[in-house]
Amino acid sequence: MISIKGLHKRFDQLEVLKGIDLEVEKGKVVVVIGPSGSGKTTLLRCLNVLETPTSGSIGIEDQSLDFSSSVSKKAVPPFRRLTGMVFQSYNLFPHMTALENVMEGPITVKKESKEAVRKKAEQLLTKVGLGDKLDYYPFQLSGGQQQRVGIARALAMEPKVMLFDEPTSALDPELVGEVLKVMKDLANEGMTMIVVTHEMRFAREAADEVIFMDGGFIVERGKPEDIFTSPKEERTKQFLRLIQ
Amino acid sequence: MKMFLNSIIADPERVSRLIDIAQSSLQPLLKGAILYTIPLTLITFVCGLILAVLTALARISSVKPLQIIARIYVSAIRGTPLLVQLFIIFYGLPTIGVVIDPFPSAVIGFSLNVGAYASEIIRAAILSIPKGQWEAGYSIGMSYPQTLKRIILPQASRVSLPPLSNTFISLVKDTSLAAMILVTEMFRRAQEIAATNYEFLLLYLEVALIYWVICFILSIIQGRLEKRMDRFVS
Repeated sequence: MISIKGLHKRFDQLEVLKGIDLEVEKGKVVVVIGPSGSGKTTLLRCLNVLETPTSGSIGIEDQSLDFSSSVSKKAVPPFRRLTGMVFQSYNLFPHMTALENVMEGPITVKKESKEAVRKKAEQLLTKVGLGDKLDYYPFQLSGGQQQRVGIARALAMEPKVMLFDEPTSALDPELVGEVLKVMKDLANEGMTMIVVTHEMRFAREAADEVIFMDGGFIVERGKPEDIFTSPKEERTKQFLRLIQ
Repeated sequence: MKMFLNSIIADPERVSRLIDIAQSSLQPLLKGAILYTIPLTLITFVCGLILAVLTALARISSVKPLQIIARIYVSAIRGTPLLVQLFIIFYGLPTIGVVIDPFPSAVIGFSLNVGAYASEIIRAAILSIPKGQWEAGYSIGMSYPQTLKRIILPQASRVSLPPLSNTFISLVKDTSLAAMILVTEMFRRAQEIAATNYEFLLLYLEVALIYWVICFILSIIQGRLEKRMDRFVS
């Protein structure tokens, strides 16, 4: 389903991704962990082409982009629509209500009819537990609520893969649970997900696979129980010791 | 009014003459405002804003030649007096065969001026919108123009409303310079009336008062607009 080959990303002198190869099967939940600066967020942003990789290729379903040659600007937006992105800082549109945030993509990008989109958006917001907050502006919502709107906004585009970039890192501790619950529900429905997070409990409970990244490489990957109880690589052990 | 004037001017005949002139000149002055000052302001502001958005986008684009053209334009307009610009268009261009009527000359001159000044306001406003807003737009599949139009400009317009209102109010008053290129707007009419009766102080005070009233009304509208646009921020 997702096939990443030889992915490199360089910012001027700094090489953040030094050759990532990764295959993800449909319906799997992959959690990416690792110290800051390890390249995990950059990997996620490359999948959404918010960063243009320096070289390598990314394939999602039957579409692929090869960054070793220059990629045409026209090819990027349709490729982006295969993935939905959830940001650490939510990035909701502050001038739109929760409902309008969710409706924006389908209306502006997919040119769907307003009535149909409204219905779908209401369903999505109800699904993330915000059916009673449709007409609230982002500033009237808590962080956890905003992030759930962010998830609904991404889902409204019907992506094949959902990408979560530290979705709970900016939240007060008591609001983390409500966001993780929505994510778990999504996972149980069979959504393919790649999640960058520091929530090890979520990784244990919801992940099919855990990937440990460090220094721009995938150091180790495996089932969550294996990674968390018997990591093979020294760096993985060190990292897990530090966060526990 | 009459009593007030009587107290500072001893000659009662002069007082009634002044009041007569003030009253009879009010209609032509307002006519100048309605036929020229206000339309000139509105037309130029709209043209100038369009020019300003385009210039701002050119300045923040990654295309070097566009950036340079925008920079030169802004620098040239901001670095030369508005009156000189108007004279170049109206009195200068005819010497190379380009003859433009007074009103369109004024529209061109003021639009170029508003475009240059407002472009800096709009550029700053666009840059003040967090990068995450662009990314959020892109992440749901929007193109650059779609993100700009739907996400960035609505937020940037809120940020730029107070400084743009300033530009607008300045423009109302600056249109009096069009008198110098024969546009029969309000100030020119005041000059013409004063030239026949020599009551310069009266006429110029009267015209100043009308400008003040117009600008006062505008600042009330600005306040309302700001309140409306602030509905989505705490």
